Amino acid sequence: MDKKDWKGWLYLLPAILFLGAFMVYPLIDVFVYSVEEGYNSASQTFFGIGLYNYSYVLRDPYFLQALKNTFILVLITVPLSTALALLISVGLSSIEKLRDLYQTIYFLPYVTNTLAVGLVFMILFKKTAYTDGLVNLILSFFGMTPIDFIDGPYWAKMFVLCFYTIWVVLPFKILILTSALASVNPDYYRAAKVDGTSKLRTFFSITIPMISPTLFYLIITGFIGAFKVYSDAVALFGTDLNAAEMNTIVGYIYDMLYGNSGGYPSFASAAAILLFAVVLTITCINLLISKKHVHY
Amino acid sequence: MNVAKMEQKARLRKTALKTLTYVLLTFWALMVLFPFYWMLLSSVKSYSSYNSEYIPKLFTLSPTLQNYVDVFTTVPLTNYLLNTLIFTVVTTAIMLVVTVLAAFAFARLDFRGKNLAFTLFLSLMMIPGELVVITNYVTITNLDLRNSFLGLILPSVTSVFYIYLLKENFAQIPDELYYAAKVDGCSDLGYLLKVLLPICRPTIITITILKVIECWNSYVWPRLITDDPAYYLVSNGIQEIRENGMGRENIPAMMAAVVVISIPLILLFLLFHKKIMEGVSRGGTKG
Repeated sequence: MDKKDWKGWLYLLPAILFLGAFMVYPLIDVFVYSVEEGYNSASQTFFGIGLYNYSYVLRDPYFLQALKNTFILVLITVPLSTALALLISVGLSSIEKLRDLYQTIYFLPYVTNTLAVGLVFMILFKKTAYTDGLVNLILSFFGMTPIDFIDGPYWAKMFVLCFYTIWVVLPFKILILTSALASVNPDYYRAAKVDGTSKLRTFFSITIPMISPTLFYLIITGFIGAFKVYSDAVALFGTDLNAAEMNTIVGYIYDMLYGNSGGYPSFASAAAILLFAVVLTITCINLLISKKHVHY
Repeated sequence: MNVAKMEQKARLRKTALKTLTYVLLTFWALMVLFPFYWMLLSSVKSYSSYNSEYIPKLFTLSPTLQNYVDVFTTVPLTNYLLNTLIFTVVTTAIMLVVTVLAAFAFARLDFRGKNLAFTLFLSLMMIPGELVVITNYVTITNLDLRNSFLGLILPSVTSVFYIYLLKENFAQIPDELYYAAKVDGCSDLGYLLKVLLPICRPTIITITILKVIECWNSYVWPRLITDDPAYYLVSNGIQEIRENGMGRENIPAMMAAVVVISIPLILLFLLFHKKIMEGVSRGGTKG
């Protein structure tokens, strides 16, 4: 190596040190942990190598609960949030007055602290001895009986979690979709107008195909993001998510690592790898579908 | 039907559609803004008046700032804010140095193994944080760095994506500038500091703001690595306030704390919303 080579690597050195210590090494290590049976974090010893950690996690009722919650959350929030974001973005691009204002307002949740705003959602939905909460009052106005959305029945809690998750992820989707809609060549619309094509038909035959790459990008990242929901749930239901029956896979991983139920990095690693496998599979399926339907 | 009537009908439909659009957009804008209004409103209601409202009032005629006094005196909110500030500033500063140097090496310098290294860097972007956090937790615990700023900061520094973003920007700067600087006797480092950085300031500002937002809101890593409230950041602080702080029922005070920790980022957003939105649409993720 001559001087030039050394220089390049020298500039890269800080990045390599940080990435090596906190990304590459942990990545290898997590697989090692996941197969070390009976690992004891105090003495750093283990009995043997095998797949026991995986089978333990897969039989753990808390993990199965978390898996179920996460799948329900993903299946509800991803389609709903994408559709809602599309509707709002189309509305946004059809107006001129106040457009910037609306766009700025819609983006606000992106920069706010999920934990902090989650508390506001909690008090809006919570039923206490003092008050039924604002949401329940609105519901009772429509003749429904008040439900405790925070400590009450499973589906009420799931509803709030989905609602809050959608509220949190919409800003990003709206932003990306609005810029995709703005980049569609207006000549297509003019041609459709000359041909007297209806608005609905223009939307489905021109707009959707033109923005389909962006749409699929959002669906793929949406799936990945929804599988990792955690802090939204903590914000609403507190740190003991197992007790609230509202744990997610990521929550399960962290609970295994730390806190009252913690101290089991092996189980956490096995759960993390299982999550990674699920996300990877879903992403591959998404990519395969998108190859068939996306027009570039 | 004659033409005039058809035209009138079409105009009417257009107006109706436009109105519907505005109604829908305004509805969602209210959905976004309402939680912010509600936290602000609840934070200025007194404890007794908040709890006596079985039907919550949508406004208050006797606002009080007592809750704000309370959150600064009864819980260590100042401490949480200060910790977050230190964490954010130091993490962002180290991130900038590391990122600028690496991006410069990839964009401008020639060395053996550069392409391979760049591919490896890019592939790291796909690694989910959940996979590496476990070992990082064990590493930091073994290094005895729990409940310390070093333990909080070190694993939070790296962002492969920002290196990529800045490298793309550096690569757009014409080669002629580099050779001209070289002819004038400028060193590589001098060229980076005196020419490249000023030209690429917009991108630097974008990644700085995005990192600041990320740091200010980070929750998972700080929660894992700190259990001493003296080192809590705001996210953990607010969780602590909720579970053990001013009593679970003192919601107005809790909301005051929420307002206080939300204000810095909302201010940042109001000042830089164009830059932030542009930066995020160029490749931020979340959700």
